[in-house]
Amino acid sequence: MKIRAQIGMVLNLDKCIGCHTCSITCKNVWTNREGVEYAWFNNVESKPGIGYPKDWENQERWNGGWVRKKNGKLQPRAGSKWRLLANIFANPDLPEIDDFYEPYTFEYEWLQKAPELQAQPSAKPRSLVTGEALTKIEWSGNWEDDLSGEFSKRSRDYNFSGVEKEIYGQFEQTFLMYLPRLCEHCLNPSCVASCPSGAIYKREEDGIVLIDQDKCRGWRMCVSGCPYKKIYYNWSTGKSEKCIFCYPRIEAGMPTVCSETCVGRIRYLGVLLYDADKIEAAASVENEKDLYQAQRNIFLDPHDPEVQKRALRAGIPQAWLDAAKKSPVYKMAMEWEVAFPLHPEYRTLPMVWYIPPLSPIQSAAEAGKMAVNNGMPDVRSLRIPLRYLANLLTAGDETPVARALERMLAMRAYMRGKTVDGVSDEKIPQNVGLNSATIEEMYRYMALAAYEDRYVIPTNHREFDENAYQLRGTAGFAFTEPRNGKSKDRDVFGGPKKMPRKPYTDAS
Amino acid sequence: MSHFLDRLTFFRQHSEKFSEGHGIATDESRDWEDTYRKRWAADKIVRSTHGVNCTGSCSWKIYVKGGIVTWETQQTDYPRTRPDLPNHEPRGCPRGASYSWYLYSGTRVKYPLVRARLIKAWRAARANASPVAAWRSIVEQPDTRDSWVSRRGRGGFVRVGWEEITEVIAAANAYTIDKYGPDRVAGFSPIPAMSMVSYAAGGRYLSLIGGALLSFYDWYCDLPPSSPQTWGEQTDVPESADWYNSSYLLVWGSNIPQTRSPDAHFYSEVRYKGTKSVVVSPDFSEACKFADLWLHPKQGTDAALALAMGHVILSEFYVKRQVPYFIDYARRYTDLPFLVKLVERDGRLVPDRLLRAADFSDALGESNNPDWKPVAYDEISGEIVCPNGTAGFRWGQEGKWNLEEKDGQGRETRLMLSLVEQTDAREDVAFPYFGADAPETFTATAHDTILNRSVPVATLDLKDGPCRVASTFDLFLANYGVERGFGGENTAQSFDDDVPFTPAWAEVVCGVKRDDIIHVAREFASNAEKTEGRSMVILGAGLNHWYHMDMNYRGIIALLVMCGCCGKSGGGWAHYVGQEKLRPQTGWLPLAFGLDWTRPPRHMNGTSFFYAHTDQWRYESLKVSDILSPLAPEGDWDHAMIDYNVRAERMGWLPSAPQLQTNPLQLAKQLKEAGADPRAAIPDKLKSGELSFSCEDPDHPQNWPRNMFFWRSNVLGASGKGHEYFLKHFVGSQHGVVGTEESNEVKRPTEVAWHDKAPAGKLDLMVNLDFRMSTTSLYCDIVLPTATWYEKHDLNTSDMHPFIHPLTAAVDPVWECRSDWDIFKSIAKKFSEVCPEVLGVEQDLVLTPIQHDTPAEIAQPYQPQDWKKGECEPVPGRTMPDIAVVERNYPATYERFVSIGPMLESKGNGGKGLNWNTDSEIANLASLNGTVTTGECAGRPKIETDIEACEAILMLAPETNGEVAVKSWQALAKATGRDHLHLAEGKEEEKIRFRDVVSQPRKIISSPIWSGIESEHVSYTSNWTNVHELIPWRTLTGRQHLFQDHQWMLAFGEGFVTWRPPIDTRSVKQVLGKIPNGNPEIQLNILTPHQKWGIHSTYTENLILLSLNRGGPVVWISEVDAKQAGIEDNDWIEAFNINGALTARAIVSQRVMAGTAIMYHAQEKIVNTVGSEITNQRGGIHNSVTRINVKPTHMIGGYCQLAYGFNYYGTVGANRDQFVVVRKMNEINWFDKEVHS
Repeated sequence: MKIRAQIGMVLNLDKCIGCHTCSITCKNVWTNREGVEYAWFNNVESKPGIGYPKDWENQERWNGGWVRKKNGKLQPRAGSKWRLLANIFANPDLPEIDDFYEPYTFEYEWLQKAPELQAQPSAKPRSLVTGEALTKIEWSGNWEDDLSGEFSKRSRDYNFSGVEKEIYGQFEQTFLMYLPRLCEHCLNPSCVASCPSGAIYKREEDGIVLIDQDKCRGWRMCVSGCPYKKIYYNWSTGKSEKCIFCYPRIEAGMPTVCSETCVGRIRYLGVLLYDADKIEAAASVENEKDLYQAQRNIFLDPHDPEVQKRALRAGIPQAWLDAAKKSPVYKMAMEWEVAFPLHPEYRTLPMVWYIPPLSPIQSAAEAGKMAVNNGMPDVRSLRIPLRYLANLLTAGDETPVARALERMLAMRAYMRGKTVDGVSDEKIPQNVGLNSATIEEMYRYMALAAYEDRYVIPTNHREFDENAYQLRGTAGFAFTEPRNGKSKDRDVFGGPKKMPRKPYTDAS
Repeated sequence: MSHFLDRLTFFRQHSEKFSEGHGIATDESRDWEDTYRKRWAADKIVRSTHGVNCTGSCSWKIYVKGGIVTWETQQTDYPRTRPDLPNHEPRGCPRGASYSWYLYSGTRVKYPLVRARLIKAWRAARANASPVAAWRSIVEQPDTRDSWVSRRGRGGFVRVGWEEITEVIAAANAYTIDKYGPDRVAGFSPIPAMSMVSYAAGGRYLSLIGGALLSFYDWYCDLPPSSPQTWGEQTDVPESADWYNSSYLLVWGSNIPQTRSPDAHFYSEVRYKGTKSVVVSPDFSEACKFADLWLHPKQGTDAALALAMGHVILSEFYVKRQVPYFIDYARRYTDLPFLVKLVERDGRLVPDRLLRAADFSDALGESNNPDWKPVAYDEISGEIVCPNGTAGFRWGQEGKWNLEEKDGQGRETRLMLSLVEQTDAREDVAFPYFGADAPETFTATAHDTILNRSVPVATLDLKDGPCRVASTFDLFLANYGVERGFGGENTAQSFDDDVPFTPAWAEVVCGVKRDDIIHVAREFASNAEKTEGRSMVILGAGLNHWYHMDMNYRGIIALLVMCGCCGKSGGGWAHYVGQEKLRPQTGWLPLAFGLDWTRPPRHMNGTSFFYAHTDQWRYESLKVSDILSPLAPEGDWDHAMIDYNVRAERMGWLPSAPQLQTNPLQLAKQLKEAGADPRAAIPDKLKSGELSFSCEDPDHPQNWPRNMFFWRSNVLGASGKGHEYFLKHFVGSQHGVVGTEESNEVKRPTEVAWHDKAPAGKLDLMVNLDFRMSTTSLYCDIVLPTATWYEKHDLNTSDMHPFIHPLTAAVDPVWECRSDWDIFKSIAKKFSEVCPEVLGVEQDLVLTPIQHDTPAEIAQPYQPQDWKKGECEPVPGRTMPDIAVVERNYPATYERFVSIGPMLESKGNGGKGLNWNTDSEIANLASLNGTVTTGECAGRPKIETDIEACEAILMLAPETNGEVAVKSWQALAKATGRDHLHLAEGKEEEKIRFRDVVSQPRKIISSPIWSGIESEHVSYTSNWTNVHELIPWRTLTGRQHLFQDHQWMLAFGEGFVTWRPPIDTRSVKQVLGKIPNGNPEIQLNILTPHQKWGIHSTYTENLILLSLNRGGPVVWISEVDAKQAGIEDNDWIEAFNINGALTARAIVSQRVMAGTAIMYHAQEKIVNTVGSEITNQRGGIHNSVTRINVKPTHMIGGYCQLAYGFNYYGTVGANRDQFVVVRKMNEINWFDKEVHS
């Protein structure tokens, strides 16, 4: 057993309001500069839809993640190590800029500086790559917002597999959910395995996966190797970048920017203990539908005295073990079984998990059936097909997803009884394998969701291993900021380039 | 696999394998990680917010690094809510999160800008003339004036200095005041709550010089007139945390996640508490995601759905079974027990007005205002009584304006709802039915236009003889077609009967299945029964933008009142659009309107102003006959809409701006010289025709508004419905009006002069204050660069939460920007320097309409009488506007601007009919802010800086000064005769200062200005003090009004709520197929709801947000319609009608109902908007295809809750009943050619 700790995340999709605040605050802090204009470490997609970059879930096209070979061993889907190296100069699986979108800006100054014109000035879009005016913008980080685009296009969505999808294209049968996405900080990251330079690593103390900007050589094998398409090539620096799980904040015990600024209050952060020695076995179980359980099986019970003892011995600080016991992520993933990994079939053992959304009852169901289950609808009458959610979260296994939704509906039914009728009906939780105390705890975390319950983040303990006295005196000095458009040599991101300029007016 | 921290290796292995060699730990250096750590660090974090009209009022952390604002994230430090409620953090949304982009962006206005032609002319004139003379010389020369006016909106700005440009503005203002009158200088700025001092800056300047300040809430059409109609209250609503107390949420047309993002979590979370939710929305909006059931009535038919739900509730909870809680609530808190006179008209019996004490020969013993004391039957005595709390008790007497179950004589009462026991007589009473005819794609039903319904009727002996009466309750039930065993026509035996307003009837009209209607109505009502009113409707203002918004809203309000939900925590009516609740309102009013120096200010209702001055009335195709009730009383109803507005202004119902065709300074001077009493002389001169109202000839050059200030707003890019008419007549630039006013559809007015050639460009000078190049900036002559919300100090509140918190400067205003407060201060200073050329201490004759919440509101108790028609005498403040003469010390404008005047001590302060003494507050303010040391204002408290202005607000308001709260509750207690002081108990020592809110948002203190309380036990909800403190609603009966008895209400068929199909705007047929481009054309109803990627127009050009959607204006259409028109997703399309044309790209989506086009409003044409194939101009904005339609019932005044109030009651700018032609474009043209001339 090799015990490690990671800060995991759960996103309650049932509460997601699709506002994209997470994407914006993240962008402002981390990718608001040349070369990564098109990069969204965190983005939110409307589902059903093909997403950003287009069709990212189609691993037959992109060859991301891992495959289990006939001998039971794991190998990156893109091929073995020698194959990856052979493709360094012509990666056949690499998405192009148009699969994301061509970044652009507008001729804003024109509005103030235009001479007298034949009509009111309007700022045209211009490509940030070529400087040319764009007649039409064609895609974005969220092109399909709120079901934008014909169903025939959006329904190429991978998660429709096994669903009779045609009827879901009708007005009356419309369904919508949001999927906020960031780097999964996987236990078994295929990006790490894909990197020819050895620039990508997973931090031992908190599980955060990073690309060393000093070592990255811009081969972009990670871009294709990541099945979530969450690594972005910086066209200005020639290096790849990705979500850093806001480690400067996590180290200080603060939630990631996307979490703290989540207006829907859907995000939870907490410690998970796991046995690193079981990673390979868990990621290589034969049946894809077993991957969800396999990953759960390598998580360790923080309340188990034996686990605690061994964890301390492995160098995990006591505060981390205390936090693990209060971890909302552990509660949701392990105790209540309402949260699931995204696309476990990629075999990366992702560490950002999701609670599936409830949805309005299907119009086909009579309104009268809105209240068949202790005043709540039956889980199979909900609009979003169970199979669709299962394809997203459990490699197609509907049973765990149905149980999670039933538990959420049971929470609603039980709480309605308690708050409206003044009756605490113990049978309601029992029917879904819980008791009233657990349901009330679920209610506290999911509904009241106080800041301190959503985020239980121990601070790092560099002082154990580094000279904290010295660090205190030197923290923050680096002398590498770019100035007046020119960068110093040691700026790891490289310096900004000037966008090519063209005249604003039509030839006259 | 992972790097080890190399520095860890002091006591550990250097390299290690795990998971059977699948992973390797190494010990390479991780020093590079400091790069991201450095990025995260900030030098300073400052609290501010976004002064934008969204009700969010979220507190933010603004990060500054190296003197540069880098980004923002939400504050999470609000005072905690309550242990059983979610907290407020982290309030915010994607728009706010992207705001810092603006500060240094290309769209930022960095220096004062001016139209090159204007400044050239000015400099030439100014070289040889004093400022006012210089302005006179250029503005009076038609060619010169035209040289800048005609170029508006087409580029050609140059940079200019503050000194020079403020002189231009000051000279223009002084010239205009001297030449035409101060009411020709107008200003528009909305929603003071979002940045109170910034609003007050312009408000104070304009009020001191006598300018007209335009209202916004009604103009935006966000003001629901149904709120003052029902409650006498502008809009008071539950805070969003109160959603969490509800156990049944009907989300009706409100797109909570999209437009109430910071509050949405209370909605998503309360579902886990077991609350059920039904979302009513014609499209699958974001809110639908959270529904248990989605109902999608055809847009514009909500009233039909509401009526059918009401039919179910009345049938099952009032008739078949009587729910004691509902009955008791209806008796005590609604007008339902009051008696209504019935009169005969064309052989039919119809409801007339409410019976009053004055109708009885002994006036029921009431000597004070018996005309304003409605009556009801009392169950205890069996007599007719005059219950406490009606409007007659509010004014002129003390102690009986309350909702105790007593009458004016002090007897205990128990009001009777129905006369069914009191009388055996049942008679047919006639109600109008408007649904037999419907325009465009709306469904008409085969019912008579008059529906007789049987009602218990009693006959009384009144002063004027016998009279038949019915109770409002009995009429109300009859109106819903509810069967009560009386038989007769038009009542429904079952919900399946096709009788208005059954579920079966509604299914045909609105398209929602009858079973769904019945089910939801039952669940809603039984939840309210079980919880005593915890059913709530969260209502989206889209419903309020239809011409017959009152029917939509009143239909829904009726459901809530029936179920006893209003005034109950977790229950009631939640409309959150457009007014944002300026919580410390009474502290702010003196600052904003200069009430400390002069009273009354000049307020104008925005809608009537723009309707007249953008000449939209010249194109009015809605005919009175389209909307008049078939049961209208006999009268002279056949007029154009603007004629009604003129009558309303004349009768003192609505304000005017300009007011008279004569300069009010000259008029006052003449009267003074003649020693005449203006209150006597003016009526005479009006009667003789010597004086005339400006509204009678809005196109006469003497009646044009001449100077216009816009700040904190974007009329031309966001709220200006009838955009192309604005451009054509008001602004005078190129425009895209497709139709002409010569259309035979247009009814010529009788009260208003018609000029064959309409004016083009009424404004001499347009000034905009903005931080960005909005559409309004583009069309103005002068753009003044304002500080952003991260560069100034101000205050912010909302109706969504109970906190007050600040905007503070993270950095000083960048480049040459200044805060609004400093800009208007600069203008005031320059004005004081420049104006003595033509102005000194002047007398100004000011007209004001009859105001709600003043003793004058009980002006015209019965049928309206028009003095001009000889029906009565013109009596100021009673049958015509009130008259006041205000002394203006023009050269002292600046000194007055920066100090608090003495009128607060001499006249006190207050609001909503209450008044209290402010001596101690003014003294405290003097010691806090310091006093002016020299000049004419010496000794007065100083308000030179924005922070000092904030302190003035906080000091004077009961919500932020506990001592004032105590005084205000005491003032109210006098009227009600009840003790309310307990609501302010323990708060007397609480005083909130500016720096307090900088350190943390503070909860405000309960005050009688609002109808809810701040408490640790109940969340803020409207009507709470009415129900729990027995404070009457500020209406005729003092109760919630489900019946509107004003004659104009009856004439237009809206005495009771009913179904009124959308109006026929006649704007498509004239262009459909007439201007072909070869592509198929489809005709769609255009909806313009609030959007996701901006707050109105703000943020819509923000690169971050544009990158997260489609990079420019878009219109949503259904897959069905797209197929028919051959339009594919992302195609360039054009939408047009006679009002104009707009270009955008199409979003084709299954979530849109066929037959509709949704263009989220206020996507400006300043980015990515191609030229129009129709107009050969820049493609328009959402408002290019709209024109407002005003409604006579909103012009009513002088009548309690229907009396005028600024942003409170008055015409609203409805525009939703509009259709457009949509087609794919062929040619993409940017129209970017420079024009040399």
